[in-house]
Amino acid sequence: MIQISPHAEAALTCTLDERSLYLRRLVLASVRSAGRGHVGPALSLIEMVRVLYDDVLRIDPNNPRDPARDRAILSKGHGCLALYALLADRGFFPLSELNGFCGPDSILGGHPEYGMVPGVEASTGALGHGLSIGVGLALAARMRERTYRTFVLLGDGEINEGSVWEAAMGAAKHGLDNLVALIDYNKLQSYGPTDYVLPLEPLADKWRSFGFAVQELNGHDVGALRTVLKQVPAVPGKPTAIICHTVKGKGLPAAESNADWHHKNKLTDSELDAIRVAVGDF
Amino acid sequence: MRNTAMNMVHKLATRDERVLYIGSDPGAGTLRAMSKEFPKRHLIEGISEAHIIGMSAGLAMEGFVPYVNTIATFLTRRCYEQVAVDLCLHNLPVRLIANGGGLVYAPLGPTHQAIEDIAIMRALPNMTVVCPCDADEAARLMEQTLDWTGPIYIRLGKGGDAIVSKAEHGFEIGKAILMRPPGDVVMVTTGIMLQRALAAADLLAAQGIRAGILHMHTVKPLDTATLLQAIRGTRLVATLEEHVPSGGLGSAVAEALIDKLGSGLPSMLRLSLPDRFMHNYGSQDSLLKKHGLSASAIATSIERALAASHPSSPQLHST
Repeated sequence: MIQISPHAEAALTCTLDERSLYLRRLVLASVRSAGRGHVGPALSLIEMVRVLYDDVLRIDPNNPRDPARDRAILSKGHGCLALYALLADRGFFPLSELNGFCGPDSILGGHPEYGMVPGVEASTGALGHGLSIGVGLALAARMRERTYRTFVLLGDGEINEGSVWEAAMGAAKHGLDNLVALIDYNKLQSYGPTDYVLPLEPLADKWRSFGFAVQELNGHDVGALRTVLKQVPAVPGKPTAIICHTVKGKGLPAAESNADWHHKNKLTDSELDAIRVAVGDF
Repeated sequence: MRNTAMNMVHKLATRDERVLYIGSDPGAGTLRAMSKEFPKRHLIEGISEAHIIGMSAGLAMEGFVPYVNTIATFLTRRCYEQVAVDLCLHNLPVRLIANGGGLVYAPLGPTHQAIEDIAIMRALPNMTVVCPCDADEAARLMEQTLDWTGPIYIRLGKGGDAIVSKAEHGFEIGKAILMRPPGDVVMVTTGIMLQRALAAADLLAAQGIRAGILHMHTVKPLDTATLLQAIRGTRLVATLEEHVPSGGLGSAVAEALIDKLGSGLPSMLRLSLPDRFMHNYGSQDSLLKKHGLSASAIATSIERALAASHPSSPQLHST
């Protein structure tokens, strides 16, 4: 029997503040307007993306290609609704774009595309690509003596992909302490529990043994995320892995830890009512 | 050809600080001189092709021009999604230098024989596919790779292939080279099939058959304009390739002719490897011979095709 991390227990019980609820309203409004979307994977990710974009990344929404900017890649591209909410809220593009999600003329697809969405660094959606691209960005910074940092957000199901571990070895080989991998460890992938589909534990030990400095926390704890993310690299000379224990569908009781909410095609009236109760009118 | 292409990477690195060499686990001493002169730009990243392609994409996003090098099958089959998404979708200037295109690794069996690489690389939007015929042409190609937009797949031959390309023909990516003037037949070649086509043309000439040769070193983008010009008035278009029949040069030429000529299509003969994995070893030469791609077999196939083609076949025209 795998021991449940105290961070995982905290993730289940912690409450969300108004900004986190507001961001969820943006996500769910997009789902409502499109009639589809990866709900669970976005809701587990929101605090990680929020803290990155609110407090950590050195970015300028008015100059999204600033060479000095920090780079962030959403490697689990299916969590894009969370990213879109943050980018819109931070002014990379108008909030009204969120209503066009997945529409024929929208810049916002079901997976984020570079060149289409201001602030998106790489097109993702096929899993297991982002960390390697991040290694390239981080290595380029090293070679060019630039100070930007690279953050890559990975899903737990995503790290089934062998290419992630190839990238991890590469990052460690080069001692890329300007590279941070954040793992959205919600423990539920498309089919069901990660523990059933392809067990990941001992996850922290895996990253440690691949040469990363590892931190674990409750991925919905905004304060903990700020503290840890502001202290990267955790160990000089090593890439950092932050295992964020989260809850898939966090903030929406019907969706929490429910694989049926991995992707939703339609929200019923009763589901919409439940969402209003959970996150407020939207 | 391989040594020349490798040495060109070093030469380009001397001129341009954007140039990187990225190998997976190449042979000992590969680009040793470059590794000493530019240790930070000579990267050996392990047998992890999927990762290497993604990493190269990241480096290219930051302005580098990575030259990624390993065996052709591993650079195409193993990491196809990374090539498609990380390189082609982002349209990044990464150069894939594929050792052992075609049957170069004949003795090593089907895992090492790149017989469908042109097809799968050509299918990707934004990808450029180039198959030089000899070391001199490889050098001329490499000179042009610094500033070409988007990814390039470079299919290298064995090395030691007879030098048949000529400096006076110049070299432009995407611009076919007319090696012999059009006659009764025009052979369209890519890679090291040019040498065989030249020998076949001599054999045909002895039979009184005039054979033109158009060297289509760049399979994508295909030089359709030069192709249409070269086949005007000829009785037969014969494509020659060290590749399965699906999706390679023969397919590209047929598609271009259908698109441009519509109903007035020429007689065509597509000479290629069969649609199956090779279960014989031996050498590149012996396998090509076994599958009808020796110079004499090519000449015989063309003779037969010309004899079979109806004398009142529609005269070819260019649109």
